[in-house]
Amino acid sequence: MPEETQNSVIRFTEKMGRYTVDAIEELGIYGALFGESVYWIFFGARMRQPVRISSVFAQMMEIGIRAIPIIALMGSTIGIMLAIQGIYSLRIFGAESRVVYGIALSVTREFAPLITGILVAGRSGSALAARLGTMTINQEIDALNVMGINPVRYLVVPALLAMVVMVPALTLFSMFIGMYSAGLYVGVDLDIGMAAYIDQTIDILTLNDLMHGLGKSLIFAVLIAIIGVANGALVKGGAEGVGKITTRAVVQAIIAIVITDMLFAYMAIQ
Amino acid sequence: MTATAKNEEQAPEGAPEGAPKGAPKGAEVIQVRDLVAHWGPRKILNEINLEIHEGEIMVIMGGSGSGKSTFLRHLMALERPTSGSINVLGRDIGSMGVREMFELRKKIGVAFQGGALFSSMTVGENIMLPLHENTGLDRMTMEIMARMKLEVVDLAGFENLMPSELSGGMIKRAAFARAIIMDPKILFCDEPSAGLDPVVSSALDDLILRMRDAMGMTIVVVTHELESAFKIADRITMLDKGDILFTGTVKELKKSKNQRIQNLLNRQTEEDTLDPDEYLRRLTGEELGKGAAP
Repeated sequence: MPEETQNSVIRFTEKMGRYTVDAIEELGIYGALFGESVYWIFFGARMRQPVRISSVFAQMMEIGIRAIPIIALMGSTIGIMLAIQGIYSLRIFGAESRVVYGIALSVTREFAPLITGILVAGRSGSALAARLGTMTINQEIDALNVMGINPVRYLVVPALLAMVVMVPALTLFSMFIGMYSAGLYVGVDLDIGMAAYIDQTIDILTLNDLMHGLGKSLIFAVLIAIIGVANGALVKGGAEGVGKITTRAVVQAIIAIVITDMLFAYMAIQ
Repeated sequence: MTATAKNEEQAPEGAPEGAPKGAPKGAEVIQVRDLVAHWGPRKILNEINLEIHEGEIMVIMGGSGSGKSTFLRHLMALERPTSGSINVLGRDIGSMGVREMFELRKKIGVAFQGGALFSSMTVGENIMLPLHENTGLDRMTMEIMARMKLEVVDLAGFENLMPSELSGGMIKRAAFARAIIMDPKILFCDEPSAGLDPVVSSALDDLILRMRDAMGMTIVVVTHELESAFKIADRITMLDKGDILFTGTVKELKKSKNQRIQNLLNRQTEEDTLDPDEYLRRLTGEELGKGAAP
């Protein structure tokens, strides 16, 4: 093998090795951050550093309540889109009246948690990363430390708790609005009354389907919070660095959500 | 009498250069022993030894990259040293648990270079934050205490403004108010004069002196502003490339024959003081008289 080719192979292998080590190290940071957050939730009060409920509510307001309009818009759009595509596909087999099965199961198990997760990652995960990044650069995190205020307890835990409560809540909301909007379209297209549509949906769905969707959204919530915060804390450089980590946090969170969704779906049907 | 003149008059004569000297009267509140610190693979601090006494203003000086900010971060327990020990108020901070560290930090105040005020809170809320998180005081008491500290730093009436509505000098003063809200025993100040005009800078120096005199706290200031350092320092420690070059009073510093100290005092680069032949030799990497490279 020519020396130049050999060198480029070595360089490529070195680079891959470095990326792998960095990625494992970053995963370790995420794990440590989550572990520390859990520690402060349970032992904060004993350490005379309790998690402030008011901070959790403030975050819930920001992450959850203010996201309701966009979740409603996206949820209803996805519901109607599923109804349109479902009726179109099933009409080929003359089975369009079965569209309610597809809508109920896909919205509850798949679309509501996935779309909600992606929206919250883009909206609140990025905001969390930008906030933490700016605070790191402005030495505000150092300031918290020297004031005897643990930054994980003060900043991360409220965001994590708010995510864990609000992402499943938004997912539930998205499920209802998605299925309701789909029902409106189905009613017009197939002439099925809303009451009949709701009865059929209730018959189809089991508690397991609901828990499948909500369970996923709970994991998405943790992923969005930890990825957002960790990226913010790892910021380097000034304003440009904050911009970069904000984008990075959103991309990482969406990738993590989609991969988790796939794994969850696979494991749930085994 | 000006602060500078006062400090110069305190200096004892005949003490050996490099050893802690000046007129430290109080007990040692900070003891640094053989401190070594790395930033990644790079050695930043090289076996630093220093004592800071109760009630004194110790100014840490040095050029860019001398390690003064890293040294300050170690004193504030924001970094763990590679080796050596730092005793603050009688406790080795390297061996402290989480709870002990919280307790220690209640006795320490820090005014950061950029103020580090929280932009989402008003000035008053910023100042009350340490009280809110570390004490069980009711809001009214905290507000009274915050107003008192704002008066100390001449910012009375500004508690309802947001940090973005303050000037650079006001932000630094608000940061001082937050740093002293818990009545700390030690106050660390990182570049208090950086980015300020001479008048505001001088006012901040006066504020530092006033806080020390009124509250009796030990103050550690990191700065590269000579005028400011000479005005406020009881003693000065000069760092260079991770080593302590000098520790002593302002008068002793000015008398020092050390070329690097003189360069720093006269704002000269090393090249400025070199013999032209030596400078040329360093540039070309050749011995003069033996023929330079073509």
